[in-house]
Amino acid sequence: MEGNLATIGYGLATIGPGIGLGVMIGQTQAATARQPEVSGRLFTNMMIGAALIEVLGLLGLVAGLMFS
Amino acid sequence: MLPGAARHGYEPDVPGEFTLSTAAIAVPILAEGEDDGGFHAPGIEEFFPDAIFGSTELGSFFGFDRIMLVRLVVVAVLLLLLWLATRRASLIPSRGQSIVELGVGFVRDQIAEQILGKERARPYLAMLTTIFFTVLAMNLAGIVPFLNIAGTSRIGLPLVLALWVFIVYLSAGVRKHGLGKYLKAQLFPPGVPWPAYVLITPIEALQVFVLRPATLTIRLVANMMAGHLMLVLCFAATHFLLLEGGGLIKLTGLLAFAGGLFITLFEVFIALLQAYIFTLLSAIYVNFALEEEH
Repeated sequence: MEGNLATIGYGLATIGPGIGLGVMIGQTQAATARQPEVSGRLFTNMMIGAALIEVLGLLGLVAGLMFS
Repeated sequence: MLPGAARHGYEPDVPGEFTLSTAAIAVPILAEGEDDGGFHAPGIEEFFPDAIFGSTELGSFFGFDRIMLVRLVVVAVLLLLLWLATRRASLIPSRGQSIVELGVGFVRDQIAEQILGKERARPYLAMLTTIFFTVLAMNLAGIVPFLNIAGTSRIGLPLVLALWVFIVYLSAGVRKHGLGKYLKAQLFPPGVPWPAYVLITPIEALQVFVLRPATLTIRLVANMMAGHLMLVLCFAATHFLLLEGGGLIKLTGLLAFAGGLFITLFEVFIALLQAYIFTLLSAIYVNFALEEEH
């Protein structure tokens, strides 16, 4: 079997952001269900959080390309 | 559009003299041992095509390649569309004008004024709108037939945009508070016991001067890069499985093609989302710089 350990590394790197996104989106859903009237503000905040979490996963991708 | 994408992906690009290794993602997923006829998995060399003129080798003075050409085409098309839409702007908008107004209004209402507030947003509206439309058009080039690569999928363009935002928010802060007060507000946030500054100040300095522009860049580049690689992988696999596979294997080629279609649609979503996020974060960083002491 051929391959590169960096692939597994990137797989591992997605776990953290995955958990983060799950928690954040779930909480936003719960908050929106409780208070639908502030859903716009909650969505914007969710997008900001998503951008910050997402970059962690992408760092794994970039590191895989850089250090291979 | 699809044959074009597949062809581009299947081309065994010779990546010139680049020292960046391709080993990380050039894992031979379906590879046969030998080189000819085997499956060419896409790698980082997708983003460093051969120069059209000049040379793109490291250390050379000037080179012009396919991605540059795509960027120029996108800029020309974007300018043309905006000119056509606003050439005879009227109170009752035509169809083209109302589409552009939708975009401009979205940036103003949903991003700038929501984050910065009505008065403070005004000086930055032009920058935010420019960034939004540029990033959106460059991202969408990734799924346009015959262009087939996003202008933002190599680091140059996102880096320029991020540095622009960086300079704008630094100068906004310095102009509003003065250099000393701005640095003090950013690096020594009030309301913390003073020994904590040993930890907080380096983190905040890194945040303000390095991480914000760097993450803006990396987020956009890596997203568009990953999207392009997924597209190439799907259509290259379609090509390979349909032409080289025998019997029932050909059916999996259709599956790969459906996957490619799905990812194409997904890329439209990602292009919009990344343009939104880039603009949103730019507005937020400007807002951090303008904020009164908290």
